[in-house]
Amino acid sequence: MSKTRGWLKSFLLVELFRGLMLTIRYMFSGKFTVRYPEEKAPQSPRFRGLHALRRYPNGEERCIACKLCEAVCPALAITIDSEPRKDGTRRTSRYDIDLFKCIFCGFCEEACPVDSIVETRIYEYHFEKRGEQIMTKDKLLAIGDRYEAQIASDRMQDALYR
Amino acid sequence: MAELVVFYCFAAILVFAAFRVITVRNPVHAALFLVLAFFSSACVWILLEAEFLAIVLVLVYVGAVMVLFLFVVMMLDINLAPLREGFTRYLGLGAAVAVLIVAQLLLVLGSDRFGLERVGAPVRRAADYSNTEELGVLLYTVYAYPFEIAAVVLLVAIIAAISLTMRRRPGIKAQNPAEQVAVRRSDRVRLVKMRSESRR
Amino acid sequence: MIDSLVSLAWTVAKVLAILVPLVLAVAWYTFAERKVVGYIQVRMGPNRVGPRGWLQPIADGIKLVLKEVIIPAGANRFLFVLAPVIALGAALAAWAVVPFGEGLVLADINAGLLYILAMTSVGVYGVIIAGWASNSKYALLGAMRSAAQIVAYEIAMGFALVVVLMAAGSLNLGEIVNAQDGSILNWFWLPLLPMFVVYIIAGIAETNRAPFDVAEGESEIVAGFHVEYSGMSFLVFFLAEYANMILISLLISIMFLGGWLSPFQGIFPDRFTEGFPLGPGPHWLLLKTLFFMFLYLWLRATFPRYRYDQIMRLGWKVFIPLTIVWIVVVGVAIVLDVPPWFDGA
Repeated sequence: MSKTRGWLKSFLLVELFRGLMLTIRYMFSGKFTVRYPEEKAPQSPRFRGLHALRRYPNGEERCIACKLCEAVCPALAITIDSEPRKDGTRRTSRYDIDLFKCIFCGFCEEACPVDSIVETRIYEYHFEKRGEQIMTKDKLLAIGDRYEAQIASDRMQDALYR
Repeated sequence: MAELVVFYCFAAILVFAAFRVITVRNPVHAALFLVLAFFSSACVWILLEAEFLAIVLVLVYVGAVMVLFLFVVMMLDINLAPLREGFTRYLGLGAAVAVLIVAQLLLVLGSDRFGLERVGAPVRRAADYSNTEELGVLLYTVYAYPFEIAAVVLLVAIIAAISLTMRRRPGIKAQNPAEQVAVRRSDRVRLVKMRSESRR
Repeated sequence: MIDSLVSLAWTVAKVLAILVPLVLAVAWYTFAERKVVGYIQVRMGPNRVGPRGWLQPIADGIKLVLKEVIIPAGANRFLFVLAPVIALGAALAAWAVVPFGEGLVLADINAGLLYILAMTSVGVYGVIIAGWASNSKYALLGAMRSAAQIVAYEIAMGFALVVVLMAAGSLNLGEIVNAQDGSILNWFWLPLLPMFVVYIIAGIAETNRAPFDVAEGESEIVAGFHVEYSGMSFLVFFLAEYANMILISLLISIMFLGGWLSPFQGIFPDRFTEGFPLGPGPHWLLLKTLFFMFLYLWLRATFPRYRYDQIMRLGWKVFIPLTIVWIVVVGVAIVLDVPPWFDGA
């Protein structure tokens, strides 16, 4: 009995018609497309976009050249050189992130003991020449200076869960 | 007049393609030239108002037989050098076969058997004349027995070819699609209703 | 001389009257495909070029024409360029015998159905030659799959058509439509229902469309026979594929859904079904064809790709026996003069 029913079912294409009915229903349902330049998807405070280096409120850069981020980076995108500054503190003389290598995993941010290297919410950027993909220390600090307010508030919101 | 020009065009293509089939080195090219030969002979047949035969030639030979031919030829990785070996060894036999074929062709095409006075030039028919119908009537009345016998011979050939190439190898792990298609969801999936557990 | 020139010009004009709308239909069919599949997947589809994306096909066309045609190293140049031309030529040649209305046909030949079968089977050469001439293993594999599949389904398709011509008593497409005259119940979809389904499915397999598109199967063999094609030559393949899809949709409507006949015929009294909207006319053929064109896209958006050995099983072990059984059934019905379909001739 169940065998003949299965046989009938496959010859009458019952399951195919059920599938077709399902898809045609979705054809008339509301669409989820985000029309990008006009509409943008909501972002979480944990969004991992372009990197930045932060400063303390007094203007001193946070990074102490501990190189934990360089060590943890799975894509080997970070290169750091360091030397003692005139006042005797250790600072980076070079802090490069190769964005072609970076996979935006956020490990550098988590490894950083002084919350210096962070990932911001910026995701709309482009390069026009070879070499522009290397984020140098100057560029990273400039981004950090520009978006400090947002970076700080994002860290604040996330601090509860860390 | 225009018809004559068209005929000579297709005839020239046909002869050229047939010649290239046997002279060209690459077997894939040879097969494609054979396709071209079939096609142009179909066009010549259409000029003869034998449109049913012409279309069937394209449908069967070009559309099915040569596709399978190409299919096989493409998968062979033919090394051309050994093909040219032994040319002199087979020269005598080849020449004998060629002479025989030419003699046969001359006999068949000679004017006393298939000449115009014996067969007669094809007559122009009206536009609504259907040679499909004529052919069908002829095949199923006058030539019914030869037609049926030919069909049986073909059937025997098919069965023989299949039984020659079919072999059952034990121990292979081929899937059986019929069995897989017949599977129902209820054979594989069991939906279980259970309440979500509370957090400890 | 003048007469023959005039008739030649007239024929060319008629050919253009079929080809130009066809090419435009292909262009917007690709747009419709992206939109329909998008909508079914709860997306919007292309909506940037022109109002609601309606000029997208023009942008696509310009892009493809301007792109470089790359001929791979080691490819057979002549055959590589010839392959798309064969595919397109075969796809367009079949349109010569398609009737769009009573007497609206370019070449009203007696063996029209056979001619269409022959032309669609020639189309496979484009695929095979493309696969071989590209000198690429993926292209060759795609060509092999496509050739085997087309040959397998052509048999089922041919047998389905044999049933149609038995029922209609003619190979001429116009006469096949006229044989379905009567009401919607006289159309061949009802007495030949299994053949109707077989023909739809075999038609999809014949045009290598989803869910039978293993010839391109991008997850397995990249894009099948046209991996190596770019720019114009790719465009030509594309044109051929979509022209074939439209042709199959048209043939289904002609052979099983009464072509240009009106579905209201025989239901309403005759005096209502004479004028333009309700009477027979090319607009009905267009509507029916559009439905099957939509069905193509609907099926593509619904079903996952069939596995190759299952495709072969379906063709050889299900469809061919089914069609042969139905040939016998229809033959018996014709001998017994079963009304209302088989009592005419």
